[in-house]
Amino acid sequence: MSMTDPIAVFRMEAAELFEQIESGLLDLTHRLDDRDQIDAVFRGLHTLKGSGAMFGFDALAAFTHHCETAFDRVRKGEKPATSELIAAVLAAQDHMRALVDRPMDDHGNIGDILLSQLQRAVEGDAPVTALVPTIQAEPAAVAVKSAGNTWRIRFSLPVNSMVNGTNPLGLLDELRDLGECRIAVNTSAIPSLDVLVPTDLHLSWDVTVTTDQPRSAIDDVFIFVLDDMQLDVETLTDGVAVIAEPAAVQAEQPVPVVLPVAAIAPATLPVPAQAPAAPAVEREVPGSNDARQAKAAENVRVPAERLDELMDRVGELVIAQSRLRQLASSSMDLQLRSVSEEIERLSGELRDTMMVLRMVPVGSLFGRFRRLVHDLARETGKVIELVTEGETTEVDKTVIERLADPLVHLVRNSIDHGLETPEERRAAGKDEAGKIMLSARQAGGEVIITIKDDGRGINRERVRAKAEASGLIQPGAALSDQDLLQLIFAPGFSTAAQVTNLSGRGVGMDVVKKTVETLRGAIDITSHAGQGSDVSLRIPLTLAIIDGLLVRVGTGRYVIPLSAVEECLELSLEEDLRSRGRSFISLRDSLVPFLRLRDLFRTGTKPDAHQKVVVISTGTERVGMVVDQIIGDHQTVIKSMSKLHHDVATFSGATILGDGSVALILDVAHLVAAGQQQEAQVRAAG
Amino acid sequence: MTARILTVDDSASIRLTTKVTLSNAGYDITEAVNGAEGLEKAKSGQFDLIVTDLNMPVMDGLTMIEELRKLPAHTGVPIIFLTTESDADLKARAKAAGATGWLTKPFDPETLVKIVRKVLGR
Amino acid sequence: MIEAVQTNDRQPQSDTHWNSDGELEVLTFDLHGETFALEAAMVQEILDLLPETTVPGAMPFVGSVINFRGKVIPLADIRLAFGMEAAETTIDSRIIVIELNLQGEPTLVGLRTDKVNEVTTLAKTSSEAPPSVGMRWRPDYINCLVKRGGQFIILPNLQAIFSFRTDT
Repeated sequence: MSMTDPIAVFRMEAAELFEQIESGLLDLTHRLDDRDQIDAVFRGLHTLKGSGAMFGFDALAAFTHHCETAFDRVRKGEKPATSELIAAVLAAQDHMRALVDRPMDDHGNIGDILLSQLQRAVEGDAPVTALVPTIQAEPAAVAVKSAGNTWRIRFSLPVNSMVNGTNPLGLLDELRDLGECRIAVNTSAIPSLDVLVPTDLHLSWDVTVTTDQPRSAIDDVFIFVLDDMQLDVETLTDGVAVIAEPAAVQAEQPVPVVLPVAAIAPATLPVPAQAPAAPAVEREVPGSNDARQAKAAENVRVPAERLDELMDRVGELVIAQSRLRQLASSSMDLQLRSVSEEIERLSGELRDTMMVLRMVPVGSLFGRFRRLVHDLARETGKVIELVTEGETTEVDKTVIERLADPLVHLVRNSIDHGLETPEERRAAGKDEAGKIMLSARQAGGEVIITIKDDGRGINRERVRAKAEASGLIQPGAALSDQDLLQLIFAPGFSTAAQVTNLSGRGVGMDVVKKTVETLRGAIDITSHAGQGSDVSLRIPLTLAIIDGLLVRVGTGRYVIPLSAVEECLELSLEEDLRSRGRSFISLRDSLVPFLRLRDLFRTGTKPDAHQKVVVISTGTERVGMVVDQIIGDHQTVIKSMSKLHHDVATFSGATILGDGSVALILDVAHLVAAGQQQEAQVRAAG
Repeated sequence: MTARILTVDDSASIRLTTKVTLSNAGYDITEAVNGAEGLEKAKSGQFDLIVTDLNMPVMDGLTMIEELRKLPAHTGVPIIFLTTESDADLKARAKAAGATGWLTKPFDPETLVKIVRKVLGR
Repeated sequence: MIEAVQTNDRQPQSDTHWNSDGELEVLTFDLHGETFALEAAMVQEILDLLPETTVPGAMPFVGSVINFRGKVIPLADIRLAFGMEAAETTIDSRIIVIELNLQGEPTLVGLRTDKVNEVTTLAKTSSEAPPSVGMRWRPDYINCLVKRGGQFIILPNLQAIFSFRTDT
């Protein structure tokens, strides 16, 4: 997708408008008379209509036009905003989204149904008449091609027209473009020099033009001033003047009428009395909302792919810089060394700035949940209060995008399984409204996103029974509390006695866990019976750069994410030989399965005399990996591997080293699983 | 000399269309996302033409046009406004505020260029 | 965008884009004593050999990756797809970087070649479909053969070669 494609930009923009409209509507549910929000919603609908029509989303434009018209009556204070109306506009908005996403589909008569609902919400039970039909285009000028006619055009412009940007010379040029022209100017109305305002226009013109263009072409020249000017057009046939425009204002001697345009305008208003009131509605009243929007306007929107490109360039720069450093360090040239140091500092700073650029506040993610909660509350009949906290916490953009679906699932799950009905809550002595709290905070190199509810808590007996029944655990197996709770993320697990509409959508909680793991994150759960549950996602702040441990296996170099490394040990040749045929090493008191990466990668090389074991873990499971050499820490710019290598699960990505060569990044989760599997096989073989 | 045009619109897609169309037609384009920013940019640079939306957050187009016309440096600078309705009332108010001409949305790029050429003159 | 591309993918595999005059601008190169040609439009760059990183566990056909302007891209040896043997590199060996559409995603891939010859124009009139028998190589991996100066230039069907690899 290129960001020079207006349709792509429109879709992005539409998504933002929907958020603006939706958040405005949801705010209105609390304060029905909030003018700022009413204006914001109206503006959103209006822009959506205008831009939609521009880019061929005609169905969207037409439908939105009706909604805008209906909402305009609220904006003008003719009709009150009611919760029915807001629900109707919210529903209409969903249809608009569909029209943006699938403009070519047949959407049936959904639109009409929604509009009549909206109509009822606005009008009460009044008959459906108020909605204006479709958008009216400017009446197209009927082009009548006529053979060469000669026209006599006499005109004068409003005295303030030059101030307002009309260039009379430009108009004369346009008349000349129509055909052969004779132009005479009348200067008789110019006042004496002492009262002359130089920007005022007091001239009038008398033009004869012969053209094959129709009469309307002459009007087109004056299109912007037609209503305010004096224009008199006659055809000259065989020297006989035929008055072609009897309706035009007659003015042999143009009178420079000093009339503000506004004084003329009310005549065109259907109800002149309304004119003074209208601007007050139209204008923005300065308020807190303005400040927020003004701040937003300072931001520049950049497609994420550009950021990725920039990231690549920075990566290349870092690599080039490390080559320069190598050269400089072996050179006696002090100036070269000092330039090299300068560039090293600059590229380091550039890299840091780059990382910050990719960060976006999680607030953008939390915003979507207001609607979800609103809808779910309606669906389930539960009373739900959504509290969000830490919206300004910043996370890498890609992380945000990938977290959206898992969070939706977790919130649905909390509402569906966690929260009780109002009756149950009353009976339990709780507040009728259940609380869902979404919060985000940063801790070290991680962001922690927590979904907390004050519902009934996870029923551990039921989890255990279900896990035993589905064969996930042995009956009576001893499990830590955390391990037991984590079972809800096991594939195919569901604690609901009956699968409800909400949670039983085929997406299991295991998908949540999988997504979090691909982000190199982890999930913690706590739960107290009768008090609620707390699910925390711990995600690394960025996907783009990690701290890695650079190791050598055979002749190849690999990166192990440092966050997964527990410790590094030496594996003496003696111990190595002793452990042949076994797949465990004893680490203090426990046995840890290990993988010989040299064998796994089939390097065909002899082991180093002093091999090392890098112990990695995924929180609960540990695996040792035997490598030939530990080279050291490495700031790792993560590059993804192409589709052609997606079948290679051992690696999660690649990075570029200081000398320009590529090192692969080990996939910790996969290797730990492989180690565990190997252990299981060895045990089974007994 | 390349004519400088300021385009003011809160819709990114319309700004983009305007920018691409007018850049291709050889004009030098500056963008602003609302009336307030448009006013600021107009004050800090000399423009040969301003193309503005009317319905915008923070400061609407009508107010911006009125404010611009109060500035001596912007007397006579052509201002084209974009409007979705062929609403005589709105048109009259924009003209009263000091606009030079208008363009009704949806518009095609050729019409935009035609209008700009018309207003800028030769 | 992506949907449209995927639709194309499902169509019979032939990715040769002859222009309206029945001509095609190509880059020719040698592999294993044969001359091959790639549509010039898909060629991004021709590189001298550079350090390769073996990907343990990957199919030999795409057994390594290289650093191409800060991107990690696979290095493919279509010799192996055609069942030829890998060859030692020489001073003439080059890598041609092309952009392929893999499952709707533009993907950069480096191709090993023994030698890069020239950019030239081929005529559709001298092209013929690969014979279904008597060929050393799988006919479905070849778009067509173009006769030129007494020899045949092979236009490989990269879509087929690489989709096979990604589907499995």
